Amino acid sequence: MRFAARIWMRVKMLAGRGRAGARLDEELRDHLQRQTAENVAAGMSAEEARFAALREFGNPALVREQARAAWSWNWLELLARDVRYGMRTLSRSRGFSLIAIAVMALCIGAATSLFTVVRSVLLRPLPFRDPANLTMVYEHFRNATDNKEGFNYNSVAPGDYYDWRSKTNGFEDMAAYVWWSFNLTSQSGELPEVVVAHAGTSNLFPLLGVQPVFGRSFTEAEDQPGGRAVMLNWSLFERRFGGDRSIVGNTIRLDGNPFTVVGVLPPSFTYPDTQAQLWVPFESLYGAGSPLGPEWLHFHDRHYIHVVARLKPGVSLASAISQVGAVQYQLHLQNPIAPVAEDVAPRDMNEDLAREVKRPLLLLMSAVGCMLLIGCLNVANLLVARGAARQKEVAIRGALGARRLTLIREQLTESLLICTAGGVAGVLLSLAATRWLSSAWKTLPSAADVHVDGTVLLFSCGMIFAAALLAGVLPAISSTGKAVFAALQATSRTTGGSLSRTALRKTLLTVEIAVTVVLLIAAGLLVKSFMRLRTVNLGCATDNVLTLNYSLPGKKYDKPEKVNAFNEALLARVRAIPGVLGAGLGGMVPGSGAGSDDVFRVVEHPPTRPGDTLPDAQVRRADPGYFSGLEIPLLEGRFFTSQDRGDQQNRAIINRTLAQKFFAGENPIGKHVIIPVYGLAPFEIVGVVGDTLYKVNEPAFPTMYFPLLAGLADFGQTLSMRTATDPLTFSVPIQRQIAALDPELPVSDVLTMQQIIGQSLGNQSFSSTLVLAFAVLSLVLASVGLYGVLSYLATQRRTEIGIRIALGAKREQVLRLMLMDGMRPALLGLVLGLAAGVGAAQWIRAMLYGAPAVDGWVFGAVSGTLLAVSAVACLVPAWRASRLDPMQALRTE
Amino acid sequence: MGKPNDLVQGTLDLLILRTIQLEPMHGWAIAKRIQQVSREVLQVQQGSLYPALHRLEQQGWIKAKWAESETGRQAKFYTLTAAGRTQMAAETANWNRLSAAIDLVVGEA
Repeated sequence: MRFAARIWMRVKMLAGRGRAGARLDEELRDHLQRQTAENVAAGMSAEEARFAALREFGNPALVREQARAAWSWNWLELLARDVRYGMRTLSRSRGFSLIAIAVMALCIGAATSLFTVVRSVLLRPLPFRDPANLTMVYEHFRNATDNKEGFNYNSVAPGDYYDWRSKTNGFEDMAAYVWWSFNLTSQSGELPEVVVAHAGTSNLFPLLGVQPVFGRSFTEAEDQPGGRAVMLNWSLFERRFGGDRSIVGNTIRLDGNPFTVVGVLPPSFTYPDTQAQLWVPFESLYGAGSPLGPEWLHFHDRHYIHVVARLKPGVSLASAISQVGAVQYQLHLQNPIAPVAEDVAPRDMNEDLAREVKRPLLLLMSAVGCMLLIGCLNVANLLVARGAARQKEVAIRGALGARRLTLIREQLTESLLICTAGGVAGVLLSLAATRWLSSAWKTLPSAADVHVDGTVLLFSCGMIFAAALLAGVLPAISSTGKAVFAALQATSRTTGGSLSRTALRKTLLTVEIAVTVVLLIAAGLLVKSFMRLRTVNLGCATDNVLTLNYSLPGKKYDKPEKVNAFNEALLARVRAIPGVLGAGLGGMVPGSGAGSDDVFRVVEHPPTRPGDTLPDAQVRRADPGYFSGLEIPLLEGRFFTSQDRGDQQNRAIINRTLAQKFFAGENPIGKHVIIPVYGLAPFEIVGVVGDTLYKVNEPAFPTMYFPLLAGLADFGQTLSMRTATDPLTFSVPIQRQIAALDPELPVSDVLTMQQIIGQSLGNQSFSSTLVLAFAVLSLVLASVGLYGVLSYLATQRRTEIGIRIALGAKREQVLRLMLMDGMRPALLGLVLGLAAGVGAAQWIRAMLYGAPAVDGWVFGAVSGTLLAVSAVACLVPAWRASRLDPMQALRTE
Repeated sequence: MGKPNDLVQGTLDLLILRTIQLEPMHGWAIAKRIQQVSREVLQVQQGSLYPALHRLEQQGWIKAKWAESETGRQAKFYTLTAAGRTQMAAETANWNRLSAAIDLVVGEA
């Protein structure tokens, strides 16, 4: 009741503010009159009585102010008044305001965009039931300190997964999925296409809490070898089937086999990536016609699946994981020779999805943070300059009784106005920028749902206030202190200006320049690393090379002879096309990824003891013409020949890294290797070829090639051909040749070698370009700041310089004096920035390719650029000062 | 000298509440009454009185009404509300406790 009454009171006060003010005046006047009347009654004259009453009453205006201060809406009125004042002062210097607002708009806009991306990629919970209890589980090799992330979070072997699931009870359930791809063909004459798919266990969707929009998810009966059910992702459902829900219950053909569509997944479901087009039951991949035999389900040494687990309520992640770890350790002990990890490691699902982009995102976020800081410092600097211009106004108001807090509040309002205007413009800007960012950044895991929402806006508001405070507090405090009153005492012939304020501006400037230097260094290192990546020698021909992928379905190509017949016929046709200089077939081409790797042992070497880790090599397949087609040099021995098939197929070619690492000081030719996962048959090494890089920014890895003519229909092959002219003009003729051989066979990823390299460089170029843009922007801001400070300084010292010149100082001397004044903070900032840059370089070292983090060239270039830019920024005001006409300067004071 | 400014924070509120508990009063009369009752010891400054009155009104402890005064002019009369009465009782009790305590200390010396 009382609360309601109080609210009512406030509303009344708000509505009747004007009247209440009048009433207050009336009340005070009444008081004064009564006092006067009493004084008259006491025998004073009318005049005397009024003065006495007034004397006793004190300052009526002050009393009124104090009474008003008790009103609850007073703050609102004060705010409105401050805003009014702020607007007025800001519009008086329009140029200043526009620059400051533009600076803040850029900085806040960029920060908002990046935060939007960071939030949706790293922070937003996945659209699953109770996502906090979900985790990924990986195998973890304990001794793999030299192996990077890959082995700490190693894909899981199916056999391990089944054991984890049946032998531990810390998790409510565990589910698995694996990447796959299918040739999707249809009866109704649409073009065949290659679709990215995932195969998930039947419990995956219930575990995630994802319901199909139409139909149902997989049953346990379908999750068996030979199961023929499929769920469509929304994108495929829309694109290929026109959003017609009658597709549920019908069949589609994947690799020639009929699959029944049992459900359609919702549009929001883009896990684990946006490329996925459909899902099949996990175990349906295994069995007849598949490269994965049913026995693969029990292997503990072939790592290729991903495991998602949901914690039981009340069980800690650590204890659940330690159970799984114990099971895994037993498996490790039972398989002493095979690569079975000793341990397991959990990983947060968001982190798991964002592992590729997390680092660049954080880097960009920090860069934007630096830029925002520089923007704030710049605005602060401009405000300090304006504070100096308004010194007298502030001093007079202070002398008339304005409280310091009021003055500070007023100045803060000004910076708040600037930041708010800039922030609103920035958020609008970022709406566009975010859209661009999420479309340009190809590897963002959830690019589809990156958008500005309430939380982001809240963040922007917070950022605006923080920026306003940061930019406003220092200038406000410095321009309202006690020292201000000195302005009133100073005569009109001020020569020194305010030393402390100049010092403050220089300090701000030093910080600004230091931060700029750090940004420039980071950008320089990234750009240099990117440039170096561009010129990396992949180890094979990269100009005028066209590649494409196809995959022969095991149902139709069920014998090695059929596979070889197709491959050899295709190669013969391709080589016959005029303009094709060479063609080869392989599992994959250099630069297109790590592919698969297996452990091996050398028959002729002493046997390994149980517990030793076996050496690891990437495995590739190659036809006889692969190496010459891609111009990979033969170092020793021979290439494969067309005889290396059938019972002659156990041949291997190794690359130089493998030869150097594992056959140091001996001739590898004629030696034999056993790859345990392939069985016990030894492979004879027939040749050594040059190194190629599997990824542009990674060093060469030991690699083994096996004959493609073994004729396995498996994970697809890459046709590569070197052409005399623009390779893209060959893409249609080649596809026509493939269609002539098998019209149902789709091809995918028709790319030139340059495009493949570009793809793997894409992110590098993206983040280094953005950081460079931020750094350049910061440099511009810093130089504007430098220019501003020095111009201000020059105006302040007009009289002094006038006197100097009048007394005979040379113009060069004045120029040098002013230049040094401006360059001192620049130099100090540069030194600080270089020191901090060393730290920053360490931080981003993991993103740099083949360069020392402290790169003398980059540090030198940054120093040079900064010095040059700041010299130019200082030169203009210094030059102007040195051209000063002494008579005029002295007269105008 | 005991100006209200020097008094314990909130004491002026108590003085005002007690002064108007018998009958509605306007600002000037309140100041006068406090002065008289305290035998000229407590001089309430206008700079303290009116902010305090307006604050108490905001709190809902007193309410104001414009009415014709004894001089025939309009004046703002303050009355104690029910909530104000409760508040006054609480503050009085508090004051008694405090002053008794101070007496003990001062009297002992």
